[in-house]
Amino acid sequence: MSKDVLLRVKDLKMHYPIRGGVLFRQVATNFAVDGISFEINRGETLGIVGESGCGKSTVAKAILRLYEPTSGEVEFDGRDIINMPKGDLREIRKEMQIIFQDPMESLNSRHTVGTILEEPYVIHGIGSRADRRKWVVDLLDKVGLQSDAVDRFPHEFSGGQRQRIGIARAIALNPKLLICDEPVSALDVSIQSQILNLLVDLQRELDLTLLFIAHDLAVVKHVSDRIAVMYLGKIVEMNEAEKLYSHPVHPYTRALLSSIPVPDPEKKKVHDVLTGEVPSPINPPAGCHFHARCPYAEEKCSKDRPELKPVKDNPNWLVSCHLMDNFIN
Amino acid sequence: MASKDVLLKVDNLTTTFQTDEDSITVLDDVTFDLHHGESLGIVGESGCGKSVTALSIMRLLPKPAGQVVKGTVTYNDENLLSLSREKMYTIRGKKIAMIFQEPMTALNPVHRIGKQLGEIYQIHFPEMSEAESHAAQIDILEKVGIPSPEKRLREYPHQLSGGMRQRVMIAMALSCKPDILIADEPTTALDVTTQNQILNLMRELQQEINMSIIFITHDLGVIAEMCDRVIVMYAGRIVEQAPVKDLFSTPHHPYTKGLLESIPRLETPPKSRLEIIEGLVPNLKNIPEGCRFRSRCDFEVEDCSKTDPKGEPIGDESHRTVACIRWQELSS
Repeated sequence: MSKDVLLRVKDLKMHYPIRGGVLFRQVATNFAVDGISFEINRGETLGIVGESGCGKSTVAKAILRLYEPTSGEVEFDGRDIINMPKGDLREIRKEMQIIFQDPMESLNSRHTVGTILEEPYVIHGIGSRADRRKWVVDLLDKVGLQSDAVDRFPHEFSGGQRQRIGIARAIALNPKLLICDEPVSALDVSIQSQILNLLVDLQRELDLTLLFIAHDLAVVKHVSDRIAVMYLGKIVEMNEAEKLYSHPVHPYTRALLSSIPVPDPEKKKVHDVLTGEVPSPINPPAGCHFHARCPYAEEKCSKDRPELKPVKDNPNWLVSCHLMDNFIN
Repeated sequence: MASKDVLLKVDNLTTTFQTDEDSITVLDDVTFDLHHGESLGIVGESGCGKSVTALSIMRLLPKPAGQVVKGTVTYNDENLLSLSREKMYTIRGKKIAMIFQEPMTALNPVHRIGKQLGEIYQIHFPEMSEAESHAAQIDILEKVGIPSPEKRLREYPHQLSGGMRQRVMIAMALSCKPDILIADEPTTALDVTTQNQILNLMRELQQEINMSIIFITHDLGVIAEMCDRVIVMYAGRIVEQAPVKDLFSTPHHPYTKGLLESIPRLETPPKSRLEIIEGLVPNLKNIPEGCRFRSRCDFEVEDCSKTDPKGEPIGDESHRTVACIRWQELSS
């Protein structure tokens, strides 16, 4: 592998015990993330798409150790995150930051924007008061807000502006990795495009590496170099962004792509309607997780779990499907 | 277009909301027709008044804050806004039904599905026996694609998934075979594959019982797939009205153009710059003079702040209107 890898995730698992009964014993397990591996190179954007409950946000939080993963390895910039003592984690979190879907929930409503943006510097003891004030204004400028925002409170801003504040806070300490968890799904269309442009600009300007999580395939495709498609705690397909859309292989990827309503009335197309619903990660089906909804499923699909394997020896193109040879053309 | 006859006629609808200090006009002079059997889309961003339009028609505005101060809603030669409450009960739910974005808040969490569905038959078909009602409930749940309906009737809303709950909502709305279905963001809270299922279901059912749909959404993709005609709203006004194909191929209003250009599409190259509409939707408390979109518009001229553009019909196409004083020169 090339030495450009910034983040390496190997066989990451996040299982939640489900307790019940009188003695509060573990009665079942929620396999939220069940063995995920990927790498992100420096300066690259990896997109993760999937429907609600597929585990995409859990992956983000486990990487940052906001959740303690059940097992697996996470290596960031050559350092082992999983076994790192808590004290060192604070240092490393300077370099890996996250922005969330709803900035209203992640910004303290009782603090002014100035205080919110200054906090990262205060926590890490960087700069004098005057320095910090100056940096805050620089940050606001970088994300396209006026400097008078400093003395205002989060509720005085619109959703898009609040997301800008969230981004400003995340980039305050010059992180190497920025994890974006559904950053635009709460925003209106015209505002969504403003934020997407901002993220792409900042990535170039600050040399950021992005892990971009969303359920909207068009949005993910717009910002990503490579994309991983998740279904029920596992990656089912991973490829370069363009190729994933032009040559989807896994039946789930294909169903997802064909489900998107296209904003073009001339292209009324026939959808492959996927029947059924995403099964629960508490009792994932045996064999391939997707087999119950898959129009092509054969007997072996309900028995053996397929592995994520390279297609045509291309290490960037991975698919987990027993029948994938039928779908590659 | 299916046929030209008008089923529902909305004229100069103006709705205000009273706040502590003053009253805010959230809908201003909204006029449109809904034809028999058509799907009419209403698209716009949050706060543009699309949901308030629906609530005003249904007379479901939060009381006492919301009030229709002007305008008429004509259905069957009657103005819905001046009907008695009793008369409105026989129309709301039976002739004009509505489904909401979040079925979990629209369904009652402490009652079983069967009870909530049964209530509709009780109210609108009091002559129905219990057994008939039960059979009708099972029938309608089957129709909206809910497996083992018998079992579902005994369950509570929280036991169903989001997609199933939305199907139950649709079943409730369609149980009286309404003439008009108002669907307010019916698939926004759902995943794409589930959204796809629900949209297909709505299309099938529309053909089967030949109803008209008002489809409120912010998703232009959904509009393109579902609607015959589209209304674009901005800050409480209709800015453009057109048959769906015309709207997407030749948008006339700068806001419509901006919206269409700002959505990331599957075919745009990655990391390219998206066209954006600068700025924010104006605060309805102090609406600017003249055109409401002008502060964000690339084509603003002096006259835009002086004249308040009304939706003018384009040519003899009575179904097409645009509210922009410069649309003609901008489109040529």
